Formats: sequence, structure tokens, C-alpha cells
Amino acid sequence: MTFREYFELLFTDYTLGTITLGTAVLGAVCGMLGSFAVLRKQSLLGDAISHAALPGIAIAFLITGTKDSNILLIGALVSGLIGTFWIRGIITKTHLKTDTALGLILSLFFGFGMLLLTFIQKQPNANQAGLDKYLFGQAATLVISDVVLMLIVTSVSLVILLLFWKEFKILLFDADYTKTLGFNTKAIDVMITFFIVLAIVIGLQTVGVVLMSAMLLAPAAAARQWTNSLSVMLFLAAIFGMFSGVFGTAISASQDNLSTGPVIVLVAAVFVLVSFVFSPGRGLLFREIRFRQNRRDLKLKKTLQLMYDIAKTHENISHPHAIMILNDFQGFTRGTLRKLEERQWIEVSQKSWMLTEKGFKEASNLFSKNPSNDSATD
Amino acid sequence: MTQPQIEIQLIAAVVAVACAIPGVFLVLRKMALISDAISHSILPGIVLGFFITHDLNSPLLIALAALTGVITVVLVEWIQKTGLVKEDTAIGLVFPALFSIGVILIAKNANDVHLDVDAVLLGELAFAPFDRLSYFGMDMGPKSLWIMGIILLVSLILLFTFYKELKVSTFDAGLSAAMGISPLLMHYGLMSISSVTVVGAFDAVGAILVVALMIAPAAAAYLITSDLKKMLLLSVGIGIFSAISGYWVANLLDASISGSMTTMLAFVFLIVYLFAPRKGLIAVLYRQKQQRTEVSLITFLLHLNNHSDVNERHINHLQEHINWQRVRSQTVLDLAERNNMIQIESDVVSLTEKGKEFTDLALEYIITNKDEKIEHMKDDFFLFRG
Repeated sequence: MTFREYFELLFTDYTLGTITLGTAVLGAVCGMLGSFAVLRKQSLLGDAISHAALPGIAIAFLITGTKDSNILLIGALVSGLIGTFWIRGIITKTHLKTDTALGLILSLFFGFGMLLLTFIQKQPNANQAGLDKYLFGQAATLVISDVVLMLIVTSVSLVILLLFWKEFKILLFDADYTKTLGFNTKAIDVMITFFIVLAIVIGLQTVGVVLMSAMLLAPAAAARQWTNSLSVMLFLAAIFGMFSGVFGTAISASQDNLSTGPVIVLVAAVFVLVSFVFSPGRGLLFREIRFRQNRRDLKLKKTLQLMYDIAKTHENISHPHAIMILNDFQGFTRGTLRKLEERQWIEVSQKSWMLTEKGFKEASNLFSKNPSNDSATD
Repeated sequence: MTQPQIEIQLIAAVVAVACAIPGVFLVLRKMALISDAISHSILPGIVLGFFITHDLNSPLLIALAALTGVITVVLVEWIQKTGLVKEDTAIGLVFPALFSIGVILIAKNANDVHLDVDAVLLGELAFAPFDRLSYFGMDMGPKSLWIMGIILLVSLILLFTFYKELKVSTFDAGLSAAMGISPLLMHYGLMSISSVTVVGAFDAVGAILVVALMIAPAAAAYLITSDLKKMLLLSVGIGIFSAISGYWVANLLDASISGSMTTMLAFVFLIVYLFAPRKGLIAVLYRQKQQRTEVSLITFLLHLNNHSDVNERHINHLQEHINWQRVRSQTVLDLAERNNMIQIESDVVSLTEKGKEFTDLALEYIITNKDEKIEHMKDDFFLFRG
């Protein structure tokens, strides 16, 4: 299937439309809520929670015997929350550090979940197949009711987000201050955590346990590079997440043998990479350019300083000097001279140069703290 | 026990020991999650290695996969260094991307690769004894036992050779650099050993259990002791115990061996987490309660010291004055009386000589505010703790 066929199918084929809509909504809600995880330095909490959800799915199946995804998701939610609070208990009550606590809960819960899954597989119950789709995720199994559930979760979390926007924001950036203002920080904290867990749980079916954390992190990490405003970041993260979902589904649908989850994650990774390199404020590319510009500027001013030192000994600052005498100074080239001339700091004629009024002023201000000129801005 | 059964337990135990040793250092260096990242991101390395060698146990494959593990660490550190995202985000970005590449590589070549993502992630110990190494037609035992045995041997040799260096660079990187022991070298050495161990073990027990085997025994041991040697020994012991008991649980339930080994680890950790002396949850909660009472006691004694008026020292008055609940006041009064710090005559409380002395010292402590002093004082004066 080519891309064009894909887009034709998108609006005619019901299943494909559902899947695309599902991954788009999922990407958006994960990006939005993931921003909080990233900013609260809880990036890997998502990884731990998604693994910790597995035993909940298995137990929910063992108890009810149905494969209804809503019931399984409730099981996942409960065990994800237990995992989260146990992590918190380990961190606050013992001297084990965050990374150890996360790694512990992640691997121990997942191992227990595997034990239960293999136990279920051996049971004489024809209904059990398909539980392992939660391991790696199968977007293809999305049905319209799943998408509706995602939409409900998205809109509820959006409403809560808008209602408690001020509280969430202040807790993110200054938890102690929030407490002194009399907000119930614990309640706000639990609320944010609950929504993060919820987002993870509804994503399990689509991208699976292993890759869920990337769904949460990547759009938010990419969005962070473009802005310093929380609301813009949330919005951007939602957009990035949505496009990762849509493009990922498109690519995996147009090729054979490509599972959707990994492709979505890779598309999101591309977003991150592009943001890391090309974002104007923080990106690596512009940072390097600024760095070089500064260095060149500094070299230029070093030459100017030398000229100033020479010119200063004469009564007339515009007294011409031979270019030759600059030869002792290593930083000078024809290019530098030309640049200095462009800025009208010096005038060059044949074999001599002379400092202009402007250049003299610039040089004498080089080391003063408040430069009174405009040339520092370029 | 049949021979495969013994062999499975032997492999499990060897894997557990091989994982526990680097695990201790990862936990101490606050890098436990690196093991999780490595265990996932070696997947593309394994797949590429498998394309080349077509043998899951080939040394080339292990080397290639371990290299991917080290590359993961380098990538994570590079992203951290750019300062664009916070530290843990860097880990969370790198390994899912590499894992996805691995999954896609497998999926695209599904027809000519006998490699399953499930197998990499979950492993199947039950099949390990059937993949045997033969040397000139002689049966030398299961391949994975040999591989893990060699890895274990190498890491043991390295541990004994560089024990001192590892110890100092783990606890004080600055000091170790000043002593001429490169912390960077130790760091990458440890990362390489961890990668090799993860790669060697994934085939037998799966990537996730490797993480559990690395972190859980070390974390449990860390709750019991603060001595590095004891911690190493304890985590090795916990690893072996969970490996062997896990095998029998799996036998009983007819379920995944690696899953039940992890469950046993979880069980052991839970027990230690709850009951560890001094650092376990119950001990911590008990100590917090004790300290709360003792702080109340000091407050109470200071109050007595400040008021010589009989009215102020009447038992009923105290309750409303300091605003404690009835039970709390009773506890504090009892504690003070048992320690001979107060005497109660016709419902009026007054300080004894000893109580006065303690209060003066406590006051001095509060003024100078040196934390370590108060515990000594408590040891000197208290017959009974709160």
C-alpha cells in the first residue's frame, strides 16, 4: 500500500480511520500529561507504571474471565497506582534512591505479571489468547469503543487541567511556596499522578508496556525545546504527540510487517531529534552558531583593543599607522581589517590604517561595564 | 531431580550471582535504571549480531550487543551533557528508540529470523538445558551455563582485582580522581561488565528479569547492611535463594520460570522492606513515633523548667496549656516518670534533679543546634525510650 492509497483509505476504511483517530488522540493526551511528568523530573515513572500495570491486567482477567478491555484497564489502573505509591513509600521511608525504587517496581511487578500471564496461558480456558497484546501493543485491535474511552479520558483531564491550572502550575515550579500559600499539595500531587497513570493505562493496548514511556516523554521533551511557557509547551506536546500517532500509523499501515507502536515511537524520536538540533532558543545548531559568532566578535575586539593601545599614544587618534606593525599580533588578518572597516571603526588606506572616532569610543568602552553603544547587539 | 532440572537451577543461580555483583554497584551509584535501559536497547545489537552469525550464543553477537549497551550509556550521557532535558528524561528517550529499531528490524526480517521479541524480553529458562555445547562430539553441558559461567568468572576476577578502586570511585569520585584512580575508567568498566552480563543473561532469563536480578537483591541487601562486602555477599545470597526457590514455584504452578524467580525476588524484597532492622518500613515508622514522643517529652520538660508556679504545673492544666490530646499527654507523662525525670505530688508535676540536668543540656542543644548531640544525651539519660 502506498501513501496515496493510505490517504484514500483513511476516509473510506472504517478500521483504519478508527486506528488513526485512536493513535492521534492517544498521542495528544500522552503529550499533554507527559509534560507534567517531564517537568516534575518523573520521566521514568511512566516506564515503571506501564510495567507495573501488567499484573493488574492479568489479575483482572483471572477474576472476571473476560477480555473486555475496560475491565482489564481498571485492573491495570489499580496495579499502576499501587506501584506508584509503593515507589513513593520506598523513596520517602527508606534510604533507597529514586532510580532503585523505579527499577525495583518496574521489574518486580512485570515479572509477577509474566508469572500470571504464563499461568493463565496454561489454564484450560479458550478465552485467554490476546492478553499479550498489552506487552507490545497492537493498534490494529483498537475499536471505536476504545477510541471513545480515550476521548472521554482526554476531555476529563482537559477539564480538570483547566480547572486546576493555577494549582498545577505553581506546584510544578515551586512546591514549597505552594505549601506555604495553603494549597493542599498532597491532593494536587495525587491528582497529577492519577492522570499520568490513567494516560499510561489507556495507551497500553496501543503501544504496549515497553514503549509506553516514550509516548509520554518524547513529545513533551520535544515541546520543551521550543518554549518556556507551560501552556504553550502543553499545546505543542499535544500536537507533536498527535502527529507522531498519525504519521506512525500511516507509515506502519503502508508497509508490511511493521507494528504500529515502534513506528510511532520512532516518529516521536525524530520530533525530539529535530527539536534538539533546530529549536531557535535552546537547539544545538543555533547554540553552536551563537558560540562561533561570539568568538569571532571577541577576536575582532581584541584587534581593536590593540589598535586602540597604539592610537592612544598619539595626540590625534586618527593618525595613520602602517599595517605592518600589526604583524606582531596574531589575531589579525585581512578579513578582520575589512570587518573592522565595515563597522566604521577604522579606515584603511593602502598600507596604513587609522582609528575612527567611533572605533576609539568603542575600544575605550570595551571593558567598561555599561557599554553606551549599539554595536554590542550584533 | 532430573538432570535438566539440576542444570536449570545451576544456570539460574549462576545468572543470579553474575547479575548481583554489578547490580550492587549500580544501586550504590544511583544508576539502577541504566540496567533497564541497557537491557532494552541491546535488542538492535542482538538482531544485527544474529543477522551476521545466525547463532544466539555466538561470542560476536554478545560483543555486538554489549557494544550497543555501552553506546546507550554514551548516548544518554551525551544528551544529559547538552542540558536540553533533565537527566532521567535522557534515559527515557534513548532506550525506547533503540528498542523500537530492534523490534522493526525483527519484524521486517521475520521470515528468515528465528528470533522473537517475546523471547528476548522474557526469555525461557526451561529450554536452556537443551541447547548444549559439544566439543569433538563430547557433551559439555548447556551452552548458556558456559557463557554465564565465563561472564561470572571474568566479573569476579575484575571485582577482586579492582575492589579497592571500585569502592573508592563509587563512594567518592573526587577522592578517587585525586588518588589517581580514574572514576571515568571505573564507570565505563562497570558499564561494559553490566552490558555483557545483561546480554549473556537475556537469552536464559529475559531482559526484564535481568533488571530484577540486578536491582532487587542489591536493594534488599542495602536495606540490611551498610558494609560493602556484606552487601555483596547478601545480594549474592538473595539472588541464589530467589533463583532456586523461584524455579520450584514455577514447577508447582507450571508457569514461566523467570516470572516466578522475579516474584520470589519481589517477595524477598517485600519482607526485607517491611522488617529490615533499623532501615525497614516498620523500624522507620516505629522510630518516627519514638522520636515524636521524645520531642514532646523535651518540650514538656522545658515547659516545666520555665514555670515554677504550682498552677502552671498542675496535670489538668498542662493538658490544655500545651494542647495535647489525652493519650499523648499520658504517654509523655509516663515516659518522663519512668525515666525519673519528674515526680508527681498531689497532681502537681515537678522536675527531679536528673530531669533538671537533662533539661539544661537539652536547652543547650537547642541553642547550639548540633544534631549528633541529642542522641548521645538520650542514651545517657533514658532508661526507657519513647
